[in-house]
Amino acid sequence: MTHLALTNVSKLFGDFAAVRDFNLDVEKGEFVSFLGPSGCGKTTTLRMIGGFEIPSFGNILIDGEDITNKAPNQRNVGMVFQSYALFPNMTVAQNIGFGLRVRKESEANIADRIKEMLSIIHLEGKAHSYPYQLSGGQMQRVALARALAIRPEVLLLDEPLSALDAKIRVSLRAEIRGIQQRLGITAIYVTHDQEEALSLSDRIVVMNTGKIEQVGTPFEIYNFPKTRFVANFVGSLNTADAEVVDVQQGLLIADGVLFHTAEGTKGRSVGDKVKMAIRPERFSFASEQKKANVIDATIENITFLGAVVRIEVKIGNANFNMDTFNNPFLELPKIGSQTKVTCSREAVLVLDD
Amino acid sequence: MTQNVLSAFKGKVSASNYKNWIGVAPFFLFAILFIFLPSIRLFVDSFKDNNGHFTFANILQLFSEPYILNAYALSIKISAVTALGGAILGFLLAYSVTVGNLPKPMRSILITFSGVASNFAGVPLAFAFVSTLGRTGFITILFKDVFGLDIYQSGFNLYGFAGLSLVYMYFQFPLMVLIMAPALDGLKKEWREASENLGASAMQYWIYIALPVLLPSILGATILLFGNAFGAYATAYALTGGRIGIVTIQVGAQIRGDVLHNPGLGYAMAMGMVFIMAISLAGYSWLQAKTERWLK
Ligand SMILES: Nc1ncnc2c1ncn2[C@@H]1O[C@H](COP(=O)(O)OP(=O)(O)O)[C@@H](O)[C@H]1O
Ligand SMILES: [Mg+2]
Repeated sequence: MTHLALTNVSKLFGDFAAVRDFNLDVEKGEFVSFLGPSGCGKTTTLRMIGGFEIPSFGNILIDGEDITNKAPNQRNVGMVFQSYALFPNMTVAQNIGFGLRVRKESEANIADRIKEMLSIIHLEGKAHSYPYQLSGGQMQRVALARALAIRPEVLLLDEPLSALDAKIRVSLRAEIRGIQQRLGITAIYVTHDQEEALSLSDRIVVMNTGKIEQVGTPFEIYNFPKTRFVANFVGSLNTADAEVVDVQQGLLIADGVLFHTAEGTKGRSVGDKVKMAIRPERFSFASEQKKANVIDATIENITFLGAVVRIEVKIGNANFNMDTFNNPFLELPKIGSQTKVTCSREAVLVLDD
Repeated sequence: MTQNVLSAFKGKVSASNYKNWIGVAPFFLFAILFIFLPSIRLFVDSFKDNNGHFTFANILQLFSEPYILNAYALSIKISAVTALGGAILGFLLAYSVTVGNLPKPMRSILITFSGVASNFAGVPLAFAFVSTLGRTGFITILFKDVFGLDIYQSGFNLYGFAGLSLVYMYFQFPLMVLIMAPALDGLKKEWREASENLGASAMQYWIYIALPVLLPSILGATILLFGNAFGAYATAYALTGGRIGIVTIQVGAQIRGDVLHNPGLGYAMAMGMVFIMAISLAGYSWLQAKTERWLK
């Protein structure tokens, strides 16, 4: 059953449309990320769910109830800010208990809830510390506990990790996901970091210039990007202009080289100009001739990236990147040498614009 | 080895210390010349009679002469009233141009005005008020002619407590604006949003978060305003020609006056003022420590 629904939501600032025609249904307990470059309208959408912006058009419903025009303090939605936004004059315990205190819950209930939340975020020892005495990661955990303490119907997180350093980002990200799953709470998570979105989410909403580009599981978004924007924004990608040669057999020609695609020519006709895309890791050296695409290539450059070795190959007149796992017992080809590379039909994507 | 490293380290520290202190040397020079030495002189001279002999008489007079006690009472009253009034008015004005939704240009207008007005004192300030609210002032006449109301008949007197308080307010509230505007800017938008998000009303936000966060600044500024009025002399003198009995004017009369010439008593009264300011500053530090325990 749909828990949170946004229908045809748009937000205008003057003439400028920050969010356009946003449609999304979120299930109870689902973790959904809004992923997109800076300025694409992620925060604005999140703030409309929180009640800090009122949509210019469209509706927002929680459990079927229209909350579009409700004041923020009348909604039961928890929010975690990028800057933590802890109240500096209150201790950790007072911060966590604040929402319950203004709701006039009994002191005993508040104390119990604070204890419970402190144990969830593993900061039992810091109950009486002030925010300035905590590290960034600890502050954000307190902010999370504060938002969760009021038992919100939806938890909103706006780039909660982007002010933290890389190590803490990764561990706290796992912690957030763990807590969210344990409590079964519906969460909307805003980020511009594709790795974060891919690793955390049940579903990802990829946004660009105020519009949804694609909604899907991390698997779908990564492996089957629908638009050029998604393909480029999520993961790295080789793209080339191509033309449909044979619809039946799924044949494309790019720069004089033929490529077989699995589904790419569906619904198109011979002569259509299309954008062809292949992820670097889908290429490999053609040791056996079992794959559909076996292509002559010249080694142009080799970059060692640790776990991965990135090899730049020339196919026809275009350069493609090819990623292979680093294998210390396998000799790398020489720059300038001729070789054959291969990829499956499924690896050859054809993108909408 | 360790010894060598340590002594080398020490040498370095003291060398850099010496350089660091050069920058603040002018400050200490000023402090010694114009605060420390005069204070000592004040202290010493308040125990001298007109012939330069040691005496306790001046100090004892502070507590026995009714006109001196009244002078302190009046000064404290005027300072407290204008500090509180200025603090409240200044806070509200600063609020309306920062957190409030007034158009942006209002802010620069108010801040510029405050910068000028907070330094407006002495003869020009007194003249401005005499020519508007004096017995034949512009506004006094206007009230009389238009509304048939003689404000002097109804109890107002520019040269008394109410009048002087009003004049002081003219530099008190702008000073508060200048101090509070940056403090109010320091309130983060996210605190308000987080509190709303947690279910708090605007009122609860102010009571639980904004005011506690601002309290140290508000207290500090109010004490400053108190001292500002307590030490004021030129404005009151220019306005009343020395007829209002606040402490600074009484001190002036003892030190410079022809009728009541007793510098020793003047110094003793000034000592009393220093003492009162010291008490209010001590009270302030105590309150500040209580209200600021969440700060670094
Ligand atoms: N209050 C506002 N007034 C005018 N423009 C705004 C306002 N808030 C956001 N915008 C604009 O809307 C666009 C989307 O902003 P935002 O939702 O913050 O993007 P994101 O979070 O994806 O980086 C940006 O171009 C931003 O400048
Ligand atoms: Mg944002």
